[in-house]
Amino acid sequence: MPFTPPSVDDVLAGLADRFGTLDTSVYRGQTRVVVPADVSFDALAWLKERGFDLLVDVTCVDYLEYQDAKHRYGLVYLLASTATNQRLTVRVFADDPDPTVRSVVPLWAGANWLEREVWDLFGIRFTGHPDLRRLVMPEEFNAHPLRKDYPLQGRGERHNFPVITRDHS
Amino acid sequence: MSIATATFDTTGPEAGARSEDYLWTLNFGPQHPATHTTLRLVLKLDGERVVDAMPEMGYLHSGFEKIGEHLTFNQYVTVTDRMNYISPMANNVAWHHAVETLLGIELTPRCVYIRTIIAELARISDHLLSNGAVGLDTGAFTFFLYAFYQREVIYDIFETLCGARFTNSYTRVGGVSQDFTPLVIEKIRAFIRTFPKTLDDMERLLTRNRIFVDRTKGVGLLTKEEAINASASGPVARASGVTRDLRKDEPYLAYADLDFQVCCASAGDCYARYLVRMQEMRESLKLVTQALENLPAGDVNVSIDQRVARPTKQQVYSSIEGTISHFELSMANRGFEVPHEESYAAIEAPNGELGFYIVGDGSENAYRARCRPPSVLHFALFPQLIRGHTLSDVVAVLGSLNIIAAELDR
Repeated sequence: MPFTPPSVDDVLAGLADRFGTLDTSVYRGQTRVVVPADVSFDALAWLKERGFDLLVDVTCVDYLEYQDAKHRYGLVYLLASTATNQRLTVRVFADDPDPTVRSVVPLWAGANWLEREVWDLFGIRFTGHPDLRRLVMPEEFNAHPLRKDYPLQGRGERHNFPVITRDHS
Repeated sequence: MSIATATFDTTGPEAGARSEDYLWTLNFGPQHPATHTTLRLVLKLDGERVVDAMPEMGYLHSGFEKIGEHLTFNQYVTVTDRMNYISPMANNVAWHHAVETLLGIELTPRCVYIRTIIAELARISDHLLSNGAVGLDTGAFTFFLYAFYQREVIYDIFETLCGARFTNSYTRVGGVSQDFTPLVIEKIRAFIRTFPKTLDDMERLLTRNRIFVDRTKGVGLLTKEEAINASASGPVARASGVTRDLRKDEPYLAYADLDFQVCCASAGDCYARYLVRMQEMRESLKLVTQALENLPAGDVNVSIDQRVARPTKQQVYSSIEGTISHFELSMANRGFEVPHEESYAAIEAPNGELGFYIVGDGSENAYRARCRPPSVLHFALFPQLIRGHTLSDVVAVLGSLNIIAAELDR
């Protein structure tokens, strides 16, 4: 008898048994599940054990100006299974003043730079991250430019960068 | 005492501290001929041996994702050209694939095949440069010229197709900017005829070349478990035995209709990545041949009553639907209906999984246009691949990962 992998719905039912009722939705064939921030690490670890072994992406959306949004930041974990090719999107919400989520670097090494990028551009702090430095912006930069309250043309930070001369390099 | 006669005590209590004294730091990049683009590596060396490496990126950061929130779905395609500029056509296809997933647009069969053909030509041109650069960096200059000549032929096809050689901006929401002309089809056929011979020549030049094999075999080892754990994709993952290829696993465009193989290797070193790319070019050529010979007739853009693709001039001037559609798409307060939803769609780009996570907010601009770039995850792998190898292996590993800084930093 051929092996039939558990469907995404079965996995979600198991997740709901373990972590309580979760908000799930489907759009264009993509299943999304919202997980509370305090159990996000445990839920992702549980999903990894159930076959979602590939972390495709970690990103974030700032819902500051979004219609009917209840939270400010929505983290997006795109998971996939290399065995069954199923995909699952896990959403975790965070809010000001101190948006914090537990890092998933202990689960997936690939999360390291992805979380650094989210910290850099959105200012979400990942607790337990081994090396939470800015990734694409310079270290002296003091804003998180992908937030919706940051203007497209910047705030003139470039003028304040320290000038390195040949004598002082 | 000269350095030649000096003897070092490597057994005493201070031996550890002493070997530490001989470590030196080398700053590799941001401007270096072998990085090919603007990226920086800080290498900690023990003589010629690399003890540790710290990759740093961001020198080419231009805020593409921020710009994506201020340009319309059709305008942003010009920015995707500048991400992985080695294969801009693949980025165009990826972006509009994601937009059409969000909007729920079904493409015409002809458009699906045209996009498949250009995506595969982009893959060939990307692999040619990537493998050519590995050859160049390990001393095989002739090989690079063979590869680059064929890239020129592909540039020529794209120029005939859409007028631009490098930054094509070819796709549109619901279609493409230009239909295939007989001249384009003739040029692609000529390329299909001549390219296998060059590919054979290239394999004869390098695949069993002693110097090249010694420089790349066993260098930069990545196991299957590490590749999955580090979210590697594309040829880098497939050279380590991960069989994931979105063209087979989640068939998009016309890939479900076409016959091709997923190329994998198990060694996981630079040489395996070279072999996978070489073989993928042959498979891509098979795909282009099949798609071109089975190119469906009919319209290239979705029909005008869907109000997403701009109608042709003929339709605008001779039918009322065409006029209305043209008018609505041109007005700033009209345009397409965008749901308050979010979706992710990815294609198998030459470098790996290239996906866009798009949030729609009812306007013609994306509320958030996240690009999932394969280069970032591959560049993060670099320290573990290079540890223990020599300084001259840095360029071989870097070349085999095919890091494109514009895609890396966005």
